Amino acid sequence: MGICDESGELMSGVEAIKAMAVQRDRGNGLGGGFAGYGIYPEFPDHFCFHMMYHDAKAKEEAEAVFDRFFVVDLAEPMPTRPVKGISDAPLLWRYFLNPDPHKLENSEMSAEDYIVHTVMLINSEVDGAFVASSGKNMGAFKGVGFPEEIGHYYLLEEYAGHTWTGHNRFPTNTPGWWGGAHPFTLLDWSIVHNGEISSYGINSRYLEQFGYKCTLGTDTEVAAYLFDLLLRRHKLPLELACKALASPLWTEIDRMPEEEAEVYRSLRAVYGPAMLNGPFAIVLGFNGGMVAMNDRIKLRPLVAARQGTKLMVASEESAMREVLDAPDEVWAPKAGEPVIARVKGMPWPIHGDLHLAADEVSTAVTGVHTAHHEPVEVN
Amino acid sequence: MPTSLIQPEFLVEIDYDKCHKCGRCVQQCGWGVYSFNERPFPDDSKCRACHRCVTYCPAHCIKIKKNDLALRDNANWSPELRKNVWRQAESGGVMLTGMGNDKPYLKIFDHLVLDACQVTNPSIDPLREPMELRTYLGRKPDSVGVESNGKGGYKLKDGGGVSNNIKLDTPIIFSPMSYGSVSLNVHKSLAMAAERLGILMNTGEGGLHADLYPYGKNVIVQVASGRFGVSPEYLNRGAAIEIKVGQGAKPGIGGHLPGEKINKEVSTTRMIPQGSDAISPAPHHDIYSIEDLRQLIYSLKEASGYKPVGVKIAAVHNVGAIASGIVRAGADYVYLDGFSGGTGAAPAIIRDHVGIPLEIAIAVVDQRLRDEGIRNQASIIAAGSIRSSADAAKAIALGADVVAIGSASLMALGCHLCQGCHTGCCSWGLTTQKPELTRRVDPEWGAERLTNLVNAWSHELQEILGALGVNAVESLRGSRERLRAVGLDQQTCEILGVKPAGL
Repeated sequence: MGICDESGELMSGVEAIKAMAVQRDRGNGLGGGFAGYGIYPEFPDHFCFHMMYHDAKAKEEAEAVFDRFFVVDLAEPMPTRPVKGISDAPLLWRYFLNPDPHKLENSEMSAEDYIVHTVMLINSEVDGAFVASSGKNMGAFKGVGFPEEIGHYYLLEEYAGHTWTGHNRFPTNTPGWWGGAHPFTLLDWSIVHNGEISSYGINSRYLEQFGYKCTLGTDTEVAAYLFDLLLRRHKLPLELACKALASPLWTEIDRMPEEEAEVYRSLRAVYGPAMLNGPFAIVLGFNGGMVAMNDRIKLRPLVAARQGTKLMVASEESAMREVLDAPDEVWAPKAGEPVIARVKGMPWPIHGDLHLAADEVSTAVTGVHTAHHEPVEVN
Repeated sequence: MPTSLIQPEFLVEIDYDKCHKCGRCVQQCGWGVYSFNERPFPDDSKCRACHRCVTYCPAHCIKIKKNDLALRDNANWSPELRKNVWRQAESGGVMLTGMGNDKPYLKIFDHLVLDACQVTNPSIDPLREPMELRTYLGRKPDSVGVESNGKGGYKLKDGGGVSNNIKLDTPIIFSPMSYGSVSLNVHKSLAMAAERLGILMNTGEGGLHADLYPYGKNVIVQVASGRFGVSPEYLNRGAAIEIKVGQGAKPGIGGHLPGEKINKEVSTTRMIPQGSDAISPAPHHDIYSIEDLRQLIYSLKEASGYKPVGVKIAAVHNVGAIASGIVRAGADYVYLDGFSGGTGAAPAIIRDHVGIPLEIAIAVVDQRLRDEGIRNQASIIAAGSIRSSADAAKAIALGADVVAIGSASLMALGCHLCQGCHTGCCSWGLTTQKPELTRRVDPEWGAERLTNLVNAWSHELQEILGALGVNAVESLRGSRERLRAVGLDQQTCEILGVKPAGL
């Protein structure tokens, strides 16, 4: 589930909890979670690490990493409340921090790469410590339980964000554990995912070439890293990154006008190993909006709705009817066709000046279900 | 003393009660097995079990049986080793053979099984859903560079996309087999089929006959050390150029085509005198280092307007490092030939004992190129006894972009693996230049059979993709997670990057 108010108006986390509660049967109590954007207005320029620790030793080791590489301006336990059904919670802490300027300079990395490197380091080498989220002005709240329980556990009613994503898990590949719940995050990117990515093997091997370590053994992790690679590092426009990950069929590419076909052919040939294959419906949240996307042949459900400035997506229409009292429209996005929400006034940091102006984006990707295409000559 | 200590390998039995005495067996046999005096009489010692006579006998009265003469058991001296000693004691020569290594080495493909989808990652029905096999062969940039086209869309920046790649409709191509080693009709069949299938055939080291020029966009032209048939026109006719350094059947050994197979047409195409032996030594005498290879690659690119240039090597020890050097030298693809493959004539001792399995070579090359972050800079073509679509799928899962088939394509044209290619007596008209034999392959017939074979394997690949729950071959390529090993030792599993079954 994802909901975004494109006007930038903030919504309570309760809305996200409501949307997930009606989809209770999609999970089995072994994983629930949320991500909220715009939730830390008092620390807009700090990276916020939501951490999970198995024990005090793990906390000590991870904090040694923070102390060594970062300037930590606030460290505190995550506010939680006891909730029936939630047990065996790890130690949950959050840190508002920034890279140590000298160490950042010496590292010759961008601040983002510095954070990515740290996340990979902690997740793969600090035993018992796990980074739940690491972005600015956002955070992931996840654990073992049904999502509405997890939401209450983390007191989501006390947070307000312009974008929320939520997930209910029915684990298949990895056991239900706190770190394994969705969303999966890296920097500002967070992914909730309904499905199973059958191309996980090659996706993870592809990512390894670029220094990503897929340590969690779950397919959702690769989606988060792939978006980071394509959007932040390769600077692809969001629309095209989506098309690289859920590529149009060759028959569709062959029917495109040549200039466009050339772009798509190259995307497919170069990013073939990154293409997500198998059944999936994913929502990517980030500072500035969200994008939801189905697999190439729509093997998993994904519906979308718009009401005023709010754009919402979910696996079930009921979730949207629960939150939006009178949707202007409800539609099922086409296979592989991204539904994109952009928060007005927010910087669109992903691809600099390359993105299309709002009126240039094709109707299909802005979330209007009646896409009008110019007729093309069919060979 | 008898002239030979070796008894016939096969016995030809004719049921004379059923025999029509039509003489067709005499006519069909390229090995001179039969003589005819009111009825056919076989000379068993000449029979190679190619089954041409059996296939064409209208009375179905011929049987070819193994000559199971008892030899005293000896676990150290197999019957074959004993026969080889006798043969070499008689001839004093190097024993030649053809059609690949037939020794019972561990066939790793047969110890790998593919995964299948169940509930959470459902399989996809290939009869109803698209299953995409299209593959682009060649060097890819690290990322795609785009810019706004000013019309609400995007266009590629200069150099931001994929250029000079070759589109293949299916990731199966035909292996190099030279004109000379095989007949012109075989080459024509391969070229016609390649065109129909949207794939490639490969000239091997024998040049491209003028009749095949129209098929150039479906042809890889090969440059071997002998430079047979290599001219600017030849280089420009092909879709890609391949520098042949090594070959699976005879790593470290050059090519040798006996003068008997060099007729006028072959001589014209190869640009060598008629009847002369054509020897392309293993070393290219202008390549004695990786820098030399780079110079040749770029010379060929310059000469051809920057067509893709690939390098064919045999699977050998340390092949990962070798492939890395080849890619860094500018090759657009690396052709890996495993030691089980090979259609051409080779010294038996080399064929059977030199080189390493293809499966290992694919795995280490793919991993090495990934470790170095240059996997996208070249495609990998895997060859060397790809026997079925399952082998193809497993090779692709290990990391190959494309597989090449040689023996299987000759079998599609009738080859029965009698391993007598080097003799030029092929009864099926494949590995011979004798006009009375070569005419047995009608190019149209051959093209249809080759097209059928590749189409059948492609459909099977689609079935496999569907079972794996993916609908594009690029999601299988290098996806070793979808393979499991049964009965392989731990170290082999580690080298292959494949988990044992059950994990």
